[in-house]
Amino acid sequence: MGTETQNSGVQIATRDAYGETLLQLGKKRNDIVVLDADLSGSTKTAKFAKTFPERFFNLGVSEQDMIGTAAGLALTGKVPFASTFAIFETGRAWDQIRLVVCYSNTNVKLVATHGGITVGEDGASHQALEDIALMRALPNMTVIVPADAIETTSVIYTIADSIGPVYVRLGRPKVPLVMPPDYKFQIGKARVFRIGRDVNIIAAGIMVDTALKAAEILSNQGIDTGVINMSTIKPLDEESVMLAAENSRLIITAEEHSIIGGLGGAVCEFLSENHPMPVKRIGVMDVFGCSGSPGELLKIYGLTAEDIINTAKKTLNAGGKAHQ
Amino acid sequence: MTAAQKTAGKIKDIKTLEGIAREIRIYILKMLAEASSGHTGGSLSAADIAVGIYFSKMNFNPDNPRWKERDRFILSKGHAAPLLYAILAKAGYFPVDNLMTLRKIDSPLQGHPCCAVLPGVEISTGSLGQGLSVANGIALGLRLDKIPARVYCITGDGEIQEGQIWEAAMTASHYKLDNLCAVVDNNGLQIDGPVEEVMRISPLHDKWTAFGWHVIEVNGHNMEEIINALDKAETIKGQPTVIIAHTIKGKGVSFFEGRVEYHGIAPTRKELEKALKELE
Ligand SMILES: Cc1ncc(C[n+]2csc(CCOP(=O)(O)OP(=O)(O)O)c2C)c(N)n1
Ligand SMILES: [Mg+2]
Repeated sequence: MGTETQNSGVQIATRDAYGETLLQLGKKRNDIVVLDADLSGSTKTAKFAKTFPERFFNLGVSEQDMIGTAAGLALTGKVPFASTFAIFETGRAWDQIRLVVCYSNTNVKLVATHGGITVGEDGASHQALEDIALMRALPNMTVIVPADAIETTSVIYTIADSIGPVYVRLGRPKVPLVMPPDYKFQIGKARVFRIGRDVNIIAAGIMVDTALKAAEILSNQGIDTGVINMSTIKPLDEESVMLAAENSRLIITAEEHSIIGGLGGAVCEFLSENHPMPVKRIGVMDVFGCSGSPGELLKIYGLTAEDIINTAKKTLNAGGKAHQ
Repeated sequence: MTAAQKTAGKIKDIKTLEGIAREIRIYILKMLAEASSGHTGGSLSAADIAVGIYFSKMNFNPDNPRWKERDRFILSKGHAAPLLYAILAKAGYFPVDNLMTLRKIDSPLQGHPCCAVLPGVEISTGSLGQGLSVANGIALGLRLDKIPARVYCITGDGEIQEGQIWEAAMTASHYKLDNLCAVVDNNGLQIDGPVEEVMRISPLHDKWTAFGWHVIEVNGHNMEEIINALDKAETIKGQPTVIIAHTIKGKGVSFFEGRVEYHGIAPTRKELEKALKELE
């Protein structure tokens, strides 16, 4: 599953961690059922399907029907995990998620893969950059974006035990491990790596790794920078945001999502009402993506450590010096 | 669970069922008039079908609405909420008097059914086209648990213009859900006019057959035909059954019958009086 890379060791795709965890979960609990819409090879639910064919339901290319079917299964006491690509899960079936999952408050776990720009070559039609906004706007919905494979595994176990609708956004490419091996995810609890006295970067998903790299460089250059992994985007860990806000002069949010309505939006909403201060959002600037390799796309759309560093420096220079 | 509780609703006598249907229509009209808004035509057209399903066929227990082995009733055409509420009140889920709180602040009788606030409502509906998928999921879950309960789902005929209905139709047939019975309330009307003019759905029988369903057509206001069809549906194995119920929108009140404009209009006090005279 993992491959070595020159700088950060093992890399694992979060979707691979999902597929493996789902299989283990299926072995432990026979109330776990899995649904997919003709993408089980890519979402990695195929692993579960192979071992537990009687508890796996392929709905074919019909995401709306998949969500309704999942809700029905939940009503009989099953814990359904429904998976497809993030754009189809949240976009195509939004009204279904709204009515029979959130409004009906059914115990459906939506785990989507291929979130964000790093879908890569398939291009804009397949790159979900609005899914977090779509899911975050729904009452009763919990929204989670794991940073790596370790967190994904813990998230999947956690939500199998939680009651109520959850959206988990996973990615396509292999990504570095950033969380400690013994890390235990808790819904609504951010992981504070460090609180910086100048800047704090609140990041989610693959941008946590990017934020850690940026923070190291900034701190080495005398700009004291902290990082928070805000894996639960809703409910937002307001305490951690406040901690970061009260101890620094600039908050930077970083996410592989539109700057509208995602983590950046959530943090800004909270801070503008509770602790107004400078915030800069790193994300896709209200445009569609395009085809290319994930690495190229991250550069083109401004989602690199360099982008974070430049934003921090520019904003701090405009607003005064680093902490004395 | 005692046997008596399990079969609390099972009435076989046609005259008794027809009497209940009349009573249900009276509740529907009274609650709509009290609310002064809501959907009259489609609540009345599906009344006989719903009464037939709920009171002649279903195992349920109002004291234990989530009883695992209950049969399920899904009103996919959620705008006929007054019908569902009248049925649930009659079945004993809540006092009949509460029907008069329809559409009012703090009432669990929301404009469209909300399962989170009203026991007996299996799933929230109101956005058309979604109930059949949920019914499929329940049918799959029951089968996994080897529970012999059945799932009933009523859709409108305009509603089945929704693509999701046909996704669900494929699913039910693909997974051979013979514990599922759908009923299309084929009253021929939707909001903007006759269904065949707004967006043709015919040939209905052939469509469902082509999707792998066993199809039965009935006069949706003939209780005997309804019960016979429901009995027959239970004997069909290896595929789901759909009952195409030929109905009249606004059925039971002469001046509402077949009138497209009474889709989403509640009876006035005057109309209520006149209507009750026809029904009582
Ligand atoms: C998805 C969706 N689109 C539109 C509506 C508005 N609407 C409510 S009822 C209705 C017509 C339904 O016609 P039909 O299914 O024939 O219902 P009936 O005649 O039984 O009342 C429409 C368009 C809705 N509730 N849901
Ligand atoms: Mg109609």
